[in-house]
Amino acid sequence: MGSIEHAFLDLGRLDRLAHADTPIHRLDPRAKILATLVYLVTLVSHGKYEVSALLPYAVYPAVLAAQADLPLGYLARKLLVVAPFAVLVGAANPWLDRTPMLALGPLTVTGGWVSYASILVRFVLTIGAALVLVATTGFHGVCLGLQRLGTPRVMAVQLLLLYRYLFVLADEALRLVRARGLRSFGRRGTGIKVYGSLVGHLLLRTLDRARRIHVAMLCRGFTGEFRTLRSLRFRGRDWAFLVGWSALFLAFRMVNVPRLLGSLFV
Amino acid sequence: MSHHIVEVTDLEFTYPDGTPALAGVSFRITHGESVALVGPNGAGKSTLLLHLNGVLTPQRGRVRIGDVPLTRGTLPEIRKTVGMVFQDPDDQLFMPTVYEDVAFGPLNLGLPADEVARRVQEALERVGAWELRDRPPHRLSGGEKRAVAIATVLAMGPDILVMDEPSSNLDPRARRRLMELLAGFEHTKIIATHDLDMALELCERTIVMYRGRITRDGPTLDVFTDDLLLENSGLERPLGLRPCPACGSPRAGRQAASRTATRP
Repeated sequence: MGSIEHAFLDLGRLDRLAHADTPIHRLDPRAKILATLVYLVTLVSHGKYEVSALLPYAVYPAVLAAQADLPLGYLARKLLVVAPFAVLVGAANPWLDRTPMLALGPLTVTGGWVSYASILVRFVLTIGAALVLVATTGFHGVCLGLQRLGTPRVMAVQLLLLYRYLFVLADEALRLVRARGLRSFGRRGTGIKVYGSLVGHLLLRTLDRARRIHVAMLCRGFTGEFRTLRSLRFRGRDWAFLVGWSALFLAFRMVNVPRLLGSLFV
Repeated sequence: MSHHIVEVTDLEFTYPDGTPALAGVSFRITHGESVALVGPNGAGKSTLLLHLNGVLTPQRGRVRIGDVPLTRGTLPEIRKTVGMVFQDPDDQLFMPTVYEDVAFGPLNLGLPADEVARRVQEALERVGAWELRDRPPHRLSGGEKRAVAIATVLAMGPDILVMDEPSSNLDPRARRRLMELLAGFEHTKIIATHDLDMALELCERTIVMYRGRITRDGPTLDVFTDDLLLENSGLERPLGLRPCPACGSPRAGRQAASRTATRP
């Protein structure tokens, strides 16, 4: 179970990174959210066999990570944690799509392999950008920004509470699993039936806790609205950040930069 | 008009599943009193506390805080007056940082920003947690969480503090610090606890509950030396009132007794 514990402690590091003070951290969360949104949309809207045109997009997370002093090794490890998902999603492509796309000497590369590569590149870039966003803004900042951008309040509050209680919930799950482990020997006691009651138990505890938290909020005058002290101001440099990067992404979308460079030199 | 008085009359409450929790509870706590509420598990202590600021509504009987009877209409007023510190600080600390958590209550009261800032700083400094202000609550130690949970309530400016097991899950030092902190509060205090030694030190008056009823309400020292009562209420003498386990002399007990007795 050490791995789960470790994963959660690591999440705390993401939190701490967000507390740093660099020009990127000081930007209004809305500027970063919107820029990342434009980034994601333009990136994902490329054709499914596109690989080369995607590469320039790496500039955005790379520049931000550098300006915000983010440890690259840590971000890479976070990427690896989610990697199995992307690896599996596209794993069938090479078998399903066998149209030859290009020939490298004796080696014929099929469409499946190209689209698989495209999926992997997109995965690294999108998750990388999302990680950089959270690491420079903080989860709370992201929620606050989303709310100011017009996301329904309920959603923003849900996200915030989800994040806050992730740790408590993980802790409770961990204790349950540990208790089961101590009293089950070998494979006995770890079957689906026990698992079911374990999860059910966790649900009940969660509901109980939700009720207690709600009571605690009511006791402090909660009326359904999260008031906050932080005020956001969208300044000139926020505009510059948003417009500058968005323009670059649109340019990447319309011009295949590596091909352009290639044609200039060849 | 004094808000510091808590008056409960013939309070009865049965949970929806049929479990009776309170079977006719009455008491009156006046300005500045510090009262311990003791009793075995399931005696109805927590249920009683939840009635004091209107989380639960009485099925029979009345609750009055100062001159204000507890009704739906007076809930906001009552909740401002009665500050509730829950048993599990994780239930009480739900904002991203300590500072914002302490500011949550005052902001909900609709106070202006500078007043909120003043209150947050005052409350956090009072519990000695000002330097924790930018930390996320889930990264604090048990003692720190408890201190911050108390600060969240102090920031609302209550007259009455109601606490459920404030010393549970604390290491001895943290417990000692908590007790010193509580002893310094001028609020009317109602503390539900199993920590009878803490009750002995902090509270001049003790209410004993057993199976939804009050079995005794009197000076703490009298209550904790009445062995028959303690036996019948599922309790036992606090350690401070027992003979010294090392040498067998009853000194430890007398010291604690005289300390409590001479307190003004």
